[in-house]
Amino acid sequence: MKVKLKIWRQKNAVSKGKFVTYDFDGASPEMSFLEMLDALNTTLIQKGDNPVAFDSDCREGICGACGMYINGYPNGPVKGITTCHLSMRYFKDGQTIVVEPWRAKAFPVVKDLIVDRMAFDKIQTAGGFISTNVGSAPDAHAIPVNKSKADDAFDSSICIGCGTCVAACKNASAMLFVSAKVSQYALFPQGKIEAKERVKAMIQTMDELGFGNCTNTGACEAQCPKNISIINIARLNREYFSAKIN
Amino acid sequence: MTKLNSKIPDGPLAEKWTKFKATTRLVNPANKKKLEIIVVGTGLAGASAASALGELGYNVKNFCYQDTPRRAHSVAAQGGINAAKNYKNDGDSVYRLFYDMVKGGDYRSREANVYRTAEVSNDVIDHYTALGVPFARDYGGNLDNRSFGGVQVSRTFYAKGQTGQQCLLGAYSSLNRQISKGKVTMYSRREMLELVIIDGKARGIITRNLVSGEIERHSAHAVVLATGGYGTIYYLSTLAVNSNPSAAWKAHKKGALFANPSFVQIHPTSIPQLNDYQAKLTLMSESLRNDGRIWVPKTKGDKRHPNEIPEEDRDYYLERRYPAFGNLVPRDVASRAAKERCDAGYGVSETGLAVNLDFRDAINKQGKKAIENKYGNLFEMYETITGTSPYEEPMRIYPAGHYTMGGLWVDYELMTTIPGLYAIGESNFSDHGANRLGASSLMQTSGDGYFILPYTIGNYLADDIRTPIIPTDTKEFDDAEKEVKDRLEKLISIKGKQTVTSFHRRLGKIMWNHAGMSRNEQGLKEALQMVKELKEEFWNDVMIPGELEELNQELEKAGRVADYFDVARLMITDALNRTESCGAHFREESQTEDGEAKRDDANFMYVAAWEYTGENKEYKLHKEALIYENIEVKVRSYK
Amino acid sequence: MSSFLGSSVSKKFVMAIFGLFLIVFLLVHLGLNLFLLSDNPEPFNKAAHFMASNPIVKVFEIVLMGGFLIHMLWGIILQIQNWIARPVQYKQMAQTQISFFSKYMIYTGGIIIIFLLIHFTNFYFVKLGLVEGDHENFYGMAHELFTIPAYLIFYLFSFLILSFHLNHAFQSAFQTLGLNHNSYTPTIKFIGLLYSILVPAGFAIIAILLYFSN
Repeated sequence: MKVKLKIWRQKNAVSKGKFVTYDFDGASPEMSFLEMLDALNTTLIQKGDNPVAFDSDCREGICGACGMYINGYPNGPVKGITTCHLSMRYFKDGQTIVVEPWRAKAFPVVKDLIVDRMAFDKIQTAGGFISTNVGSAPDAHAIPVNKSKADDAFDSSICIGCGTCVAACKNASAMLFVSAKVSQYALFPQGKIEAKERVKAMIQTMDELGFGNCTNTGACEAQCPKNISIINIARLNREYFSAKIN
Repeated sequence: MTKLNSKIPDGPLAEKWTKFKATTRLVNPANKKKLEIIVVGTGLAGASAASALGELGYNVKNFCYQDTPRRAHSVAAQGGINAAKNYKNDGDSVYRLFYDMVKGGDYRSREANVYRTAEVSNDVIDHYTALGVPFARDYGGNLDNRSFGGVQVSRTFYAKGQTGQQCLLGAYSSLNRQISKGKVTMYSRREMLELVIIDGKARGIITRNLVSGEIERHSAHAVVLATGGYGTIYYLSTLAVNSNPSAAWKAHKKGALFANPSFVQIHPTSIPQLNDYQAKLTLMSESLRNDGRIWVPKTKGDKRHPNEIPEEDRDYYLERRYPAFGNLVPRDVASRAAKERCDAGYGVSETGLAVNLDFRDAINKQGKKAIENKYGNLFEMYETITGTSPYEEPMRIYPAGHYTMGGLWVDYELMTTIPGLYAIGESNFSDHGANRLGASSLMQTSGDGYFILPYTIGNYLADDIRTPIIPTDTKEFDDAEKEVKDRLEKLISIKGKQTVTSFHRRLGKIMWNHAGMSRNEQGLKEALQMVKELKEEFWNDVMIPGELEELNQELEKAGRVADYFDVARLMITDALNRTESCGAHFREESQTEDGEAKRDDANFMYVAAWEYTGENKEYKLHKEALIYENIEVKVRSYK
Repeated sequence: MSSFLGSSVSKKFVMAIFGLFLIVFLLVHLGLNLFLLSDNPEPFNKAAHFMASNPIVKVFEIVLMGGFLIHMLWGIILQIQNWIARPVQYKQMAQTQISFFSKYMIYTGGIIIIFLLIHFTNFYFVKLGLVEGDHENFYGMAHELFTIPAYLIFYLFSFLILSFHLNHAFQSAFQTLGLNHNSYTPTIKFIGLLYSILVPAGFAIIAILLYFSN
C-alpha cells in the first residue's frame, strides 16, 4: 500500500523545522504505524538520509514513550490506543497522513517527532508520592481499603504519562495527568496524610511549567489511550479547594 | 577458582540473612552523606535501589536511556508479584516459595539467595502497599491473591494485567521523593557506554547524552547495574525494542564474570510475527491456555480458513503428546512443541510460524459471556493488534524470547567479581536457575533493590568512608572516555550499505534457530561461525547516518548490536559447554526417549561463570558448585 | 489568599462561581422581562425602580457588576495563558470529537461582551445617569428599541450566542467546582442543556413579541 506522508522534520531543539513529504509505497495493512515508520526509515537510511526520529520502547501500549499527532488526532484516528497499537489497516491506500510532534510550550521538540516530557516528571517530583521509607511499612493488611475505592484508584493509576492529554487539549493543559496522580493517592487512606501538600505542590508546579488551563472540553478524556476519566479532574478540583480552605 | 567466593554466611538457611544483617558492617549517617553511588537503570531494581539508598542518606546518581525513569521495561510485566504472605491460609510459607523457585529453576540456582528473596518478598508487598500501589482487593478491603504458573498455592498479588506497571510507578514515586529531597540526581536519556575502574574498584561510568551526543564522566564510590537482561538478542522478543545488555556487557569485558548466559526463557503464547518490519512480539497471558486448545492442521500446507477445517483434520498436538497435562504443560514444553510442529511444516499463517489457540469449544461450552469475563481485555488487545477477533476465529500464537535467567555473576551481597560493582534484578543470575516461575521476577527485582542491596552495599562502603569524592579528571577516566569515543568514531565512519536493524534481525534469526528453544552441538557450532561472520560484515558494511554530536538513534542501536555479537558468542559458548538439558536450556543430545529434557546433575550442577579474556579469545570457565542442603534434588516431572 | 487567586485551578474556581452567579441572575432578569409583555408599563417600571433603589439590591448590583467584570477579565487572562501554552499550532486541525461550543467560549464570550456594552448603554448606564434617557420609563425605552429591526436581529443573534456559551458553561461550572459524579452528572448536563435553550429562548420570544405587538 502507498501513502503520502507529511512529517515534521526538525534537526534539534533550536533549529527551525519544516514538513517534508514522502511518497512511501512500502506500507502494508498488517503493519503497525510505527513499523511503517521503521520501514520508511530503512529506505531513508539506505539513501543516506537521516531517519525520522521518534520515541518508542515497549511497543505494547504500556510504557508511554511513543506518541505523535496523526491527521489531527493524538495517536491517530482510533480511540483508546497508543500510537504503537495503531495499525495501518485504518488508513486507505493512497491516503495523505500528516504526522506532527506533540505541540505544547511545556513539551519542547527535541528532534523530529520527539518531544521533551520532563515536565511530567517535575510535576510528579513536586509531590506525586507517599512519604514512606523502606522498612517502615506496616503489614499490607493493617489498613483495609474499600474495594470500590481501590478499583477507582487503579483506574486513575493506569496513566502511562504519554502526554496525549496535553497534546489533545486545545489549551495544552496537563490537568488529566495531574488529576490521575492526585486521585490515586487521594483515594487511599495512606495517601490522605499529605494529600493537601501534594495537590498544592503539584498544581503549583504544573502552572509554573507553562501548561494551559483546563476548560473542561473533554478532549483529553476522548483521546486518552488508557481511557482515564475527567471525573479525576473534578476530584482534583475538590482536593485543591479543600486543601486551600483548611 | 579463587575468583568465585559466593560469601554465603554460614549457619542454617533460614538464619543466614538475619545473621548477615546483624553482623554486617555499617556506615554511619554522617558518612553516608559523603558517599556517592551510581545506579544504572530505573526499572523495579534500579528505581527501588536508588530510592532506598537515597533514603539511607547516600548521594545517588541514577541513569536511564529513556526520556523518563517511568518507562523502564518492568512497566510491561503483566501477571503479578509473588509473596509468601499466606493470606489465603493455604499452607504457603517462605520455605515453600523458596522450594518452588529452586525446583522451578531446575536446581540451577543458589539456595541461600533464593531463600533470602522468598524471605523479603513479604516486605516488598508491605512496602508497595504503603506506597499506594493499587493491588486488587476483595470486598473486605484486603488484598486478593491468585494462583499463577501452576503452583499449588495462591500467592500472587496483582493489579489486573498491569502489575508491573503499578509496581514500577510505585517505585518511581519513591524515586521522585528522593529526587525532590536532592538525594537522587536523575540523568535520563543517558546511556552507559563504559565502566571506569580505579585501583581494581568500580569508580564510575562513561555515558553518552542521547540528546546532545556529549560523552560524559560520572564518578562514585560504588556502581550498581540494574540494567535488565539480554532477551532482545533474538531481535523479536516480548521486550522493549531498546532493551539491551550493553551496560552489563561493558562490565563483563572489564572483568565481571557472566553466569549461565544460555539460560533464556521462551514464552509460549505471544502474538506471532505479522510482517517483516515487526520490531517486537506482544505477550498474551499464559492464562489463556486454561480454556484455549492449541492445534495445527493435520495436513502440511492446509490453507483453508481455520474455521473451515473439520475436527478430524486438526491435530491438537499438546493433548496428543501430553494426555495428562494437555494444553497446560509448562512453558518450555509448550514452546518446544510448537516449534517442533512449525519446523515440520504444519505451522499456520503466511509465515508458517504460528499455531492456533482456539476458544471455539470453550465458547460453545461456557458461553461467550463467561469467556469475555475471563479474557475480555486480552481478546481486545489481540484484536487491536491483529484485526481479527478471537471470539470468531482461533488466535494465532507463537513462542517468543521473554526473560534471561543468566546474567552477571554476583555473590551473596549482589556484588560482581569487580569490587564495588553490583548487579541487581534481571541483570544478575542468582535466583531463577535455569527457568523462572511466573510472578517471581517482580518479587526478586524489588527485593534486590529495596531490601537487600541497601544492606549489603554498606559492607563494602564501610571501607570507603575516608575516600573523598572520586575525581573524574584522572587517567582512568581519560582512557575510558577515549575508548568510548574511538568506538563511536569507528562505528559511524564505516558508512556501509546495510542498516543496523537488518544486522540485528539476522543475528536474531541465527540465535533463534540455533540457540533458541532447542540446541544441538552442530547447530551451535554453525551459529558460532555465522555470528563471527556477521560481526565482521557488520563492522565493514553497517550504515549509520547522522553525526556523533546529535540525537542519533541509529548510532545508539549500532552500539548495542555490536555488543550483541559478543553476547551471542558467549551464549553459544555456554550452551555448547552445558551438554545437559535443564530448565529452559534444551540440548537435543540430552533428552529422554519420549523427548523430554534430561538433566545431568553429576556433571553440571554448577553455575558456569565465564571470564572474558579478550576479543576473539577463548572464554575461561569458572564453576561455582551448587550445593543443595535444604531441598531434595528431584527430576522435574509434570506427568 | 493571593496564591489562591493565582493558581490555574483557583482562577477557574472564580470563573465557575461567578458564572453560576450570572446564570442565576439571568433567570431573575428573564422574570423581570416578562413584565414587558404586559400592556401596563407600571409593573415593569416599578420593578426597575425597585432594582434601582433598594439598598440590598444595590449591594447585589455591585457584586453583579464585579461578577461580570471578573468573569470577563479572568476569562481573558485564562485564554491568553492557554494561547501561550501552545506557541506552535498543529498544521492539521484537531479532529477529536468534543463539544462544539466548548471550543469557542472566548469568542461567544466576546460577542456577549459587545452585546452587554450596547445593552448597558441603552439601559443600565441610563439608570446610573451616565447616558441620557428617561429614568422613569424603562418600559417605554424597551418597547421603543424593539421596534428597530436591526436591533431585534442583533438581540436575537446575541441570545443565540449566549445559548451556545451557556451550553458548555453550565455543566463546566459544576465540573470545575468538583461536582462530577457518575450518577448525577448526566442530570446536571441535561438541566444545563435545557437551561441553555429555554432561558435565551425566553428572552428572544419576549423580544419578538414586543416587535410584533408594536
